[in-house]
Amino acid sequence: MAASLTAAQPSRSEASLARLETVLQLLRSKTFIAGNVVVLWWIFWALTGSRFTPHDPLAQNPLEILKGPGAGHWFGTDQAGRDVLSRVLAGARDTLEVAPLATLIGVVGGTTIGLVMGYFGGLVDEGLGRVIDAFLALPLIVIAVTALVAVGHSKWTLIVVIGAVFSPIIGRTVRAAVLGERQLEYVQAAKLRGEKPPYIMFVEILPNVVGPIIVEGTVRLGYAIFAVAGLTFLGFGVQPPAPDWSLQISDNYALLNASNYEWTVLFPGLAIASVVVAVNLIADGLQQVLDR
Amino acid sequence: MSRFLLKRFGLAVITLFLLSVIVFAASQLLPGNLGRNILGPFASRQDVAQYNHAHGVDRPVVDQYWTWISHFVRGNLGQSLQYNVSVGSLLGPSLVNSLKLAALAFVLVVPISILGGVVAALRRGRATDRVITVVGLSLTSIPEFVTAIVFIVIFGVLLKWLPVGAAWPTGAGFFTQIKHLLLPSFALVAVLFGYIARITRAGMIEALDADYARTAYLKGLPAARVIFRHVLRNALLPTIAVIATQTGYLIGGLLVIEKLFNYNGIGQRIYVAAQNKDFTMLQSGVMIVGLVYLSATLVADILYSVLNPRIRYGGAD
Repeated sequence: MAASLTAAQPSRSEASLARLETVLQLLRSKTFIAGNVVVLWWIFWALTGSRFTPHDPLAQNPLEILKGPGAGHWFGTDQAGRDVLSRVLAGARDTLEVAPLATLIGVVGGTTIGLVMGYFGGLVDEGLGRVIDAFLALPLIVIAVTALVAVGHSKWTLIVVIGAVFSPIIGRTVRAAVLGERQLEYVQAAKLRGEKPPYIMFVEILPNVVGPIIVEGTVRLGYAIFAVAGLTFLGFGVQPPAPDWSLQISDNYALLNASNYEWTVLFPGLAIASVVVAVNLIADGLQQVLDR
Repeated sequence: MSRFLLKRFGLAVITLFLLSVIVFAASQLLPGNLGRNILGPFASRQDVAQYNHAHGVDRPVVDQYWTWISHFVRGNLGQSLQYNVSVGSLLGPSLVNSLKLAALAFVLVVPISILGGVVAALRRGRATDRVITVVGLSLTSIPEFVTAIVFIVIFGVLLKWLPVGAAWPTGAGFFTQIKHLLLPSFALVAVLFGYIARITRAGMIEALDADYARTAYLKGLPAARVIFRHVLRNALLPTIAVIATQTGYLIGGLLVIEKLFNYNGIGQRIYVAAQNKDFTMLQSGVMIVGLVYLSATLVADILYSVLNPRIRYGGAD
């Protein structure tokens, strides 16, 4: 029995070979590489903060208010005379901190929900599914705004709330993947051996559904940036005077009514756009390689 | 089919009930001590208790839920804590405004994105297909206020073709209203285009590869006839489902867009209510958004079953 079980499993070298093949395929995907280059560029600025920016992103200069792009200030200055280029570069930090952490919480919560629903099935699945449906009848941003008002808004509550809202969404995807595994022999074998459900769920099934979870996680990361940006724009996320991109837009967009100060909002906007598009390119590449 | 519809309807009612419980529970978390919040830290304990009693928040939770929901279904949404007038009189006009904006976005996005998806599918694998897919994916993932800012800068600030704000002067006619709503609806169109085009493309490709399409081609029907009479009819089924689910986004996405364009819609109302802890307004606003979404999904399911012969004749679900 034991011998036949081990024989059915691919040997160790075979598994690592398969993993190597996956990595090679990813490296051949142009979209995956392009996405990573952009994301790495922003990670660099997120890590270094204001160390290498041309000016101090927080330094105000009353003599140089709302200057257009030109020498000295390539992206111009905002209404406090702060250098927009430096703020755009340093602004990477907040987005790249909040969105990945929120996604991580969502992935952990969603994986747990999905494993429980998919493994137990029946009433548990049906009941949880109904509650999730009711939740998803509300737009994410409406749930998040309500929750943030209830618990108070700061960077950390934003992370937790988005993670919590993502959990049922990710849970659905994980559930679908688990349903496909539940009937397979290795799960039946583990049940016959008398393993406890948590062991079967997390040790036996989980490693086999990692692919879809990674893809879903990357896709969600894109949505997380989207959501964080929107909520921060509404004033429920990162707080001033942080050089966050959405905050720069919400600080300055009212100027557009009066006059042409478009550089104050255009460059932070392009920065957000570049990150979300890059994350989606990575997700696209992963999807093509892992979801076969 | 009637069994199918009955089941769908039943599920919608259950979901609606759960939704109302969630909304109610969430807004219970919100105010803390309602009277203390409204009257401020210097009000006497008696006044606070009296205020709470007058607003019924000192009663058992189940009682309060029942009062709220039974009034809600009869159209009585209660008094706004912030404005001291009935919630319905404030939410009504805002909902109409939001629906105007959503309707315009809808009228623009549905034909554009179906056309985009169909063209991409017919040119599968070629440059046109890649461009439509990549542009769609990018636009979908960029936050709507970022796209909106770019549109404002281009069409409002630099070219000066369209007004920057969405609020039209009072008494403005139909076309002036539309002119004011064009920029905000462009931003919504940008977000939705990618989804709808992608699903249409997938549906089209599946239908084009199906045996009946090949048969139609082989029996000598002209390509346009095959596409319109045979392929499109089947290809658009999933598209309808996606369009319906996206109305949920449409109403929720309005929160950010309405603030950016300073437009008095339901999103703006929910936002202001949340900020001022006006929980009667918030409850009703959020519940209406959920109601709109669930009705849209239900209508989509019904349409889907009417159009899909497998459900129409099979009685399966």
